Parts: sequence; C-alpha cells; structure tokens
Amino acid sequence: MLIFTLRRLNLFIFTFFVLTALSFSLSFLFPGDPLINMTGQINATPEQRLLLVEEYQYNSNIFKQYWVYLTHLFDANLGVSISSHLPISSEIMNLLPATIELSVVALIIAMTVGIPLGFLAAINHEKLTDNVILSISMLGYSIPIFWLGLLAILIFSIQLGWLPSAGRLSLVYEIEPVTGIQFFDILMSDSEYKWQAFQDATLHIIMPACVVALAPMTTFIRLARSSMMEVLSSSYITAAKAKGLTLWQIIHRHAIRNALVNVIRYIGLRFANLVTLAMVTEVIFSWPGIGRWLIESIFQRDYTAIQGGLLALSSFIFIVHILIDFIYAALNPLARERKHGA
Amino acid sequence: MARENIYQEEEFPSPLLQLWYNFKKNPMIMLAFGAFLALILLAIFAPFITPFSSSQSHLEYILLPPAWNDNGNVSFLLGTDKLGRDMLSMMMHGASFTFGLSFIIVIISVILGVLIGSLSALTSGIKSSFLNHFLDVILSIPSLLLAIVIVAILGIGLNNTVLAIIIVLVPQFIHITKNEVEKEFSKDYVLASKLDGASPLRILQYSIFPNIIERVITQATLAQSAAILDIAALGFLGLGAPSDIPEWGAMLSNGIDLFYIAPWTVYFPGLAILFSVIATNLVGEGLRHALKKRKVS
Repeated sequence: MLIFTLRRLNLFIFTFFVLTALSFSLSFLFPGDPLINMTGQINATPEQRLLLVEEYQYNSNIFKQYWVYLTHLFDANLGVSISSHLPISSEIMNLLPATIELSVVALIIAMTVGIPLGFLAAINHEKLTDNVILSISMLGYSIPIFWLGLLAILIFSIQLGWLPSAGRLSLVYEIEPVTGIQFFDILMSDSEYKWQAFQDATLHIIMPACVVALAPMTTFIRLARSSMMEVLSSSYITAAKAKGLTLWQIIHRHAIRNALVNVIRYIGLRFANLVTLAMVTEVIFSWPGIGRWLIESIFQRDYTAIQGGLLALSSFIFIVHILIDFIYAALNPLARERKHGA
Repeated sequence: MARENIYQEEEFPSPLLQLWYNFKKNPMIMLAFGAFLALILLAIFAPFITPFSSSQSHLEYILLPPAWNDNGNVSFLLGTDKLGRDMLSMMMHGASFTFGLSFIIVIISVILGVLIGSLSALTSGIKSSFLNHFLDVILSIPSLLLAIVIVAILGIGLNNTVLAIIIVLVPQFIHITKNEVEKEFSKDYVLASKLDGASPLRILQYSIFPNIIERVITQATLAQSAAILDIAALGFLGLGAPSDIPEWGAMLSNGIDLFYIAPWTVYFPGLAILFSVIATNLVGEGLRHALKKRKVS
C-alpha cells in the first residue's frame, strides 16, 4: 500500500506541474498581453503595470516567472476576472460547489440506476431483458445532451409543469452560503422554511441531474454487464452452483461484490466525461456552475477566468480520479500488488 | 465418387473477409452500416442534390410547418425556419458539416495518433513514463474544456472547432495504439520475426499493424460518435459553426427561441444528430462483436 501511495503521489505531483505549466503557458498563447491575461488587470495605469511587472517578475526568465506564478497560486491568487473584476479564486469558490453538487448527484443517479440494470442484463444474458436494456443504453449513449435537456424542459416544465426549468433554488428562499453545497447549507441554516427550501432545491436538481446522468448511466450498464458476465463465468461461481445454492444466493453472496469492485475502478475514468456533460447541461438549465461561467467567459474574452476554471475543474477531476483509485485499491487487494499503469 | 476437392470448405476466407462475414450476420447492424454509408454519400453530394440552397430565404414562407401538417407546403418537405430557409436543404447540407467533418476529423486523428502511439511504444524508460503521465493528464481534462481552451486561443469558428476536436481526440488514439502495440510486442510471433533480424519498424509495419488495425478502427467509430456530439455541442454553445452555416448543432441553437412556436426547427436537427450517432455506434458495436466472434472461432 505504501508503494501504491507513493506512485499515486508521484502522479499527483507530476499532474500538478503539467496542469500549472499548461495554465501558465495559456497566458502567452491567448491573444493580447500575457501579463494582463495572467492578472486580469485590464485597466491598469502604466504605474500599476510597472508594479505588476515587479510582482510577477515579468522581465526575468521564463522559469522564474513560472515560479512566481506558482507562489501566487499557493496564495490562492489567480488574478481578477477581466470582465467582472472580482478575484477569480472567490468566483471559483462560489461556482465550483454547484458543479460538484450537480455532478455528484448525477453520478449517484447513474450508479444506482445503471449498475443494477447492468447486472440484470448480465444475469439474463442474450434474453429479451438483456436486449431491451442494451438497446436502451445504446439510445441513451447516442442522444445529444443539449437536445435531451431541451426536450426535458419542454415536457416536464412547460407542458406538464412538474419541475422548474432553471436555477438551483427559488428566489423566495434565502439561504446563507456556507459550504456552497446547497443541500448542506439548507440543512445547516436556521431558516423556518428549511424543509420547503430543501424540497425546492430537490425539485430543481432532479431534471439537470437526470439529464447529465443518462449517458454515464449507459456506460455503467455496459461496465456492470461485462464485469458481471466475467464473474458469472468464473470457476468459483460454478463451485457455488455445485454446492446447490440458488441463483439468487449466488448473485447475492458471491457475484455482486466481485462485480462491483471492477465497476468502481472505472468511475474515475468516466468522471471527466460526466463533468463535460455537466458543463453543457449547466448552460441549458441556467445552473450557476463553473461550466456555464467558462462558456460565458469565452464570449467576454475573459482569459483569466478560463485559466482559473481550467485549473480548478481539472484538479477537481483529478482528485476524484485518485480518490477512486484509492477506494479501488482498498477494496481489491489484487490492485495493490500488481504493477499499476504508470 | 471421390471428391475432387479434399477440403471441406471451398475457400478459406482471409481474416478481413471472416470479419465481414461475421459482421453482416446481424441485419440490424447491416441496416446501420447502410445508413452510415448513405450519410457519407450525402455528406459528399449534398451540395448537388438539395432542392434549395441552404442560405436562400423564402420570405413568403417563414416558419412553415413540415409538409404533413395541414399548413405545410409540399415543396418544403420539412418546413422552413425563422428566416424562411428550407429545413430539408439545411439538414442535407448539415450532413456534410456535422457528419462529414467528424469523419475527416477522425481520419486525421487516427493517422496522427497511430503514428505517434506506435513510435512511442518503441521507446522505454523516462521518455515513455513521461508520455504516459502526460497522456493521463490530458485524458483527465474534460474534452469540452480542452476544446473551449483551444477555441479561446484560436478564436471562434468552425475551422478552429475542427482543430480543437482533433487535438482532443489524438491523445486517445495515442493511448490505445501504444497499449495495443506494447501488448502485441510481447507475443511470440513478434519474437519470431525479431529473431529473423527484422528491425522494430519492420516488425511494426508487417507484423503488428495488420493485427491491431481493426481494434483501432473500432475505437475510431467510438471517436466519431464523440466527434459528432462535440461538433454539435460546440455549435450549440455558439463556439463552433456560426449561425449561417447549417451545422446541426448551430441549427438547433437557432431554433431554441422559437421552440414553442416552431418545434420542428429543434426536433429535426436533434433527430439527425441522434440518427447519425446511433448509426455510427451500431457499426462500431457490430465491428466489436465480429472481432470477438472471430477470435473465438
């Protein structure tokens, strides 16, 4: 486990350097003055600019500049947004939790629906159930997410009027943001209307989360199906059958756990895809998350925001990736022993 | 009477032919394959066979519903949009932008990815480890985010979107080629040609490529469905094709304002994207299935 941890730590440090180097080089690649792209001080007077040159060591060599950039980064100083002139770090702290909330809820939905369906398909391999589940998963995998979101709004918000179509919470409720994760904030607040607010927040998240969850759900169906099929064809299942256990007992006691371990391994890889979907969905459902902010910042040529957003979002994904690797290693002793990837 | 032919089978199909026999067994997948070929043909010949030009607006027929509606007009089979442009012609032109471009994108990224991937599989040590880590990082950045960054550097437009998606897809192909080549390199038949004195490049060309090309193509179909969705998503977000180009995603986002009045301007582009992605995915699925079957038999 120690070697495994060291390997992961190594990967983490390397990733950190690549990501920061990428984000640092972006300020030179983006059109315009690199210093302004990095700091966002677009209206700086010549005197202020001189101060900035001093602060960011803009006249020294590139490695020194990168080092200074890193030190700024550790002080959580990502510059100010070119369009709104607010510090990028505070904007990210406001927006990232909304994206985390959406993607985690979507991940939970995708897993709780997808994995049992995949197991069901594997148990009924090459029967009607299997074919139906596979066809549905093919459809869900192919549907363009923005179109699905629009159809969902048309059906559930406009025609049926069941669910709200935009935002995270109705404006009626005033909830003090503490953690940024809406559900925790509501539970921690001492508002009288806590439960109504909670219900309202739930209603708001259902539709976008389901839209985000559909495509990952289909990949979970496939993963669960193939991993269950692999487990069911192994010899310890034959042994269990020979003992005279019923199918349900075999599935319940032996197959599910072993099949689940293999599925968990892939969650990390799928997470980047899920966040991509969440970014598009945020635009459609006006979800105040980091994806919508990033897409808007392209139109406003807010290069500091793009840099900061890239850094925040990809480190978030990477942390999830590594966490899931650890969970997998903790659950599956085989993964710790084997030479792993890198 | 003695058989003239001592073999039971008349012919021995080559691996590629075997793949084709396995592939064409499933009628559903042949249907999808037909649709896939039809889309390619449509993408090539769309400018010659559309009833109207995609930019010609018919001001007397604005927001005409499809022909099967009571208010429809049969010369505009799928209706018109808010500028009076014929939906059918726009959809056909859209095939060459969304589907045709994604096809070209995939071909370019396969070539680049296979070249870099197979060469990097020959290296080892620090270089290889560095590349592995680097690919891990690139693959962990969401594709749309990477595309957004590239579009931010290069500016908004269809050409830049294409470039961005190529840059996003190439690492995937590098990754898969590298893995496959490394897997094949440890097999005995490669050792045999190594003992014959073949250079690594020769082994790559004659021994390994024929064995991995099908798996790369399977991955390519997956990549194409992702590329179609990405082009459309970027067009929808306004970062890709400008609204005068009839790219399906951009058409869809044009229709949003009038979604409630003229839903067909949103339904048809969405259905077209769905249809082409399903066709591509089914072809990929069929290939994968046929490959698996060939391996078993």
